[in-house]
Amino acid sequence: MVKRSTWSLPYVIFLVVFVVLPLLLIVLYAFQDGSGHFTLANIGRFFTDSDSLQTFALSIEVAIENTLICILLGYPAAWILANRNLNKSAVTVMLFIMPMWINALMRTLATAELFNVLGITLGKGTLLFGMVYDYIPFMVYPIYNILLKMDKSYAEAAEDLGATPWKVFWKVTVPLSMPGVMSGVLMVFMPTVSTFAISEFLTNNKIKLFGTIIQENINSSMWNYGAALAFIMLVIIGITTLFGNNDQAEAEGGLI
Amino acid sequence: MAKDYIIDIQHLSKSFGGVKVLDDINFYIRKGEFITLLGPSGCGKTTLLRQIAGFIAPDEGKILLEGKDISGIPPYKRPLNTVFQRYALFPHLDVYDNIAFGLKLQKLPADEIQKRVKRMLKMVSMTDYEDRSVDSLSGGQQQRVAIARALVNYPKVLLLDEPLAALDLKMRKDMQLELKEIHRKMGITFIYVTHDQEEALTLSDTIVVLNEGRIQQIGTPTDIYNEPVNCFVADFIGESNILKGRMIRDRRVAFIKHEFDCVDEGFGEDVPVDVVVRPEDIYFTTDPAKCQFTAKVNSCIFKGVHYEMWVDTDSGYELMIQDYDPYAVGSEVMLYIDPDDIQVMHKERTCNVFEGKMVDETHVEMLGAEFECLPQDGFAAGDEVSVEVRFEDVELLDHQEDGKLAGEVHFLLYKGNHYHLTVLTEDGDHIWVDTNDIWDKGDLVGIDIPKKGIKLSKRNG
Amino acid sequence: MMKKVLAKCYLWLLLAMLYAPLLFIAVFSFTESKVLGSWTGFSTKLYQNLFTGGVSGGSALLAAVENTLLIALIAAAFSTVLGTVAAIGIHNLKGRKKQTVQFLNNIPMINPDIITGVSLFLLFVFLGVSQGYATVVLAHITFCTPYVVLSVLPKLSQMNPNIYEAALDLGATPAQALRKVLIPELRPGMISGFILAFTMSLDDFAVTFFTRGTVGLDTLSTYIYTDARKGGLTPELRPLMTIIFLLVLILLVVINIRQDRANKKVKR
Repeated sequence: MVKRSTWSLPYVIFLVVFVVLPLLLIVLYAFQDGSGHFTLANIGRFFTDSDSLQTFALSIEVAIENTLICILLGYPAAWILANRNLNKSAVTVMLFIMPMWINALMRTLATAELFNVLGITLGKGTLLFGMVYDYIPFMVYPIYNILLKMDKSYAEAAEDLGATPWKVFWKVTVPLSMPGVMSGVLMVFMPTVSTFAISEFLTNNKIKLFGTIIQENINSSMWNYGAALAFIMLVIIGITTLFGNNDQAEAEGGLI
Repeated sequence: MAKDYIIDIQHLSKSFGGVKVLDDINFYIRKGEFITLLGPSGCGKTTLLRQIAGFIAPDEGKILLEGKDISGIPPYKRPLNTVFQRYALFPHLDVYDNIAFGLKLQKLPADEIQKRVKRMLKMVSMTDYEDRSVDSLSGGQQQRVAIARALVNYPKVLLLDEPLAALDLKMRKDMQLELKEIHRKMGITFIYVTHDQEEALTLSDTIVVLNEGRIQQIGTPTDIYNEPVNCFVADFIGESNILKGRMIRDRRVAFIKHEFDCVDEGFGEDVPVDVVVRPEDIYFTTDPAKCQFTAKVNSCIFKGVHYEMWVDTDSGYELMIQDYDPYAVGSEVMLYIDPDDIQVMHKERTCNVFEGKMVDETHVEMLGAEFECLPQDGFAAGDEVSVEVRFEDVELLDHQEDGKLAGEVHFLLYKGNHYHLTVLTEDGDHIWVDTNDIWDKGDLVGIDIPKKGIKLSKRNG
Repeated sequence: MMKKVLAKCYLWLLLAMLYAPLLFIAVFSFTESKVLGSWTGFSTKLYQNLFTGGVSGGSALLAAVENTLLIALIAAAFSTVLGTVAAIGIHNLKGRKKQTVQFLNNIPMINPDIITGVSLFLLFVFLGVSQGYATVVLAHITFCTPYVVLSVLPKLSQMNPNIYEAALDLGATPAQALRKVLIPELRPGMISGFILAFTMSLDDFAVTFFTRGTVGLDTLSTYIYTDARKGGLTPELRPLMTIIFLLVLILLVVINIRQDRANKKVKR
């Protein structure tokens, strides 16, 4: 009989060429100067350049704020959607998920135009609002998913043992839904740090985020410095995924 | 070789990841026979069946079908068909197309296919179900379709892998009768795998009892029930009292501190043995002349047809007795056993024997750990030794981390006044333990052997 | 009761926020004004322009739409084949090997688009491949295939493991068993994977941006990006966005109905 485990081989080769090798190239370019010699200058430059550092700090700040707002607004929404007594309609759920399927650039552009027409000056406020608007479906969906699948008997057991509905929520529902929140965080936090077009649209290019400076460097052929910045982002991704336990993959994979 | 053997299995062995799942299996199957491979889960019965079907290649040995070795032939070229445990009906095909699947692959003419499928549907009483989607069928109906799908190809042998396991009790009983009927009508050899001893006794012409990859016993249902060859078979098939005994001489055996007449011979004199007495074979009597021993009734439970009683004997053993009449709890009763009903078995082992190596004169290494032993004369560090540990000298502890070794209770037997456990260590070694403490199968235990329990001898060679 | 009303209000408020910009665009797609926000009377002229090619920005917009669809189609088709074969392989792997491949499969999904884009850009530079249509398609296959794998894998594990063997047992060769039994069983997962891959590709901006090279290849996303940076937004984008919005809506409704049916079938 043919060992069908060998069927994974073409894809493994593909992954090595188009995923692993490119990531290694980021590391390689990050530690090289223009003529291909090893150097720490690119990384050093980031840590000594106050502009880059400020952009970085701002990106992290915006990402944290955005993530927190998404949790605060999204968790209740997910909870209501998953609660059979409060919401029976699959349409409402679908309406929450649908924006995920529409080109983010288009949605952002629409938001920016709306601000313009309403006469709101573009700046950090509009940036945050637009980001929340862009990313909140990605927070609602995984939390909704996990709440929906959660075994109701946990809550019933807690009630049976004398917990008030409020306590059931905080002591049982919230802790058990943490994996959903974590994958939501993963789907919101890193993309916020790395986005470039969205921040440009929403602030009329007044505020740069980390993604923008990576893009600018790559586009103006400063590949090594661009790669160094991308490398720093990779390190952050590594750290956040360690906390997130790959849940993101499952949550996203369950989209259809 | 006799002509009527349809399948002959010779020296079949199989390992998965270094663990021997089947170890030197030898048996034959007569043409038209209903044979059952019986054993607990993990005994290797399904692996054996899958090797006959061709889904797994054996490591060693041969499978002969009508005298020809088929072990190298892929499953789709073997004239055998399988009924799978969870039926494995194709969900995207309807009942008719499921049954016709094999015939269509053989490129038979359409009218021939239709004729044969209809005949099969009739045989499994599913005539009006041709166009139904298989998802819409009940478990029992799916079972029938699975049987029809296999039999429609007129296989030389039908393999059935726990086909009734997913059905409820009532349905299972009905299907057992139906299977027996189908077997009679078709005259095809059936190889049936199950862990349900009752099912095996009901259905089979021959039962092959397997445990831990080895054949324990082959025989007719009555042979296996009445004359189990070892404790495992006795315990696995039906209810039984398994007791430590001693063969005094031919036809005379001692157990529960009494002597009994029996019919077994050839064990030798004064030899330790195991004795099996079925609970329905211990009789109550009011005649003091007949009474062999007395006991006090400890519990009495009504089981539908009979009463099941536990009694404490005058010599301090607990026995299970089944009788049509109840006896009051606390009453003193007189009991006797017919010589015919005492089954004497060779003891498989009388103590644990491990291979070890001396570390220094007070330490020996064995089972992957170091144990302290009493100071030894005549043993130097590095000597290869053989270590004997009596069953009752092994200590079991509640927490795995408290013991020298960690293990899991793998098998247990109640022997009237103590438990005899088989404990599997993490490295896969077996340790046998006699204990008065109550453990359950699957309990995780720590294992320790105190130094006075370790008896060393030089290993020869 | 009070609780229910509050909950409903909250949901609809959030939805209003989410959909306000989209509705805003949709409304202003039915007027001729070049500037967003000024209503110059109802007109379907922008729609007509879009379909007759009389777009103020030339035919670039239509070319971008065509590119977007074609790239998505090719990438999704390739990903579906590659991902299905890979999923069957991964399903049959065991232990460490399986974990490693699954981990590798997760990387493109965990990576933000910009990392995927920059890393592939560096790869093509490093290999000296000139960037254009082919590199964009390759890049899209890279981030689409993991979604196909994740859509097919659950179908494999839900599948009765004996089904393939049953086919062999009934006389099917491995190739016949694959065609007649395995593929029909995996089809729902493959279709889901294809749709996911297709929309992922449609949605993409950053990866295309970094891998399209300098040959002037535009997808809808990059077109919008350049267009918006130039200052004026091509008015015909408004009807286009509205149409896309409706198409996605229809697609999701169809998928939901399909899923509902599938669920009911399982329950029965």
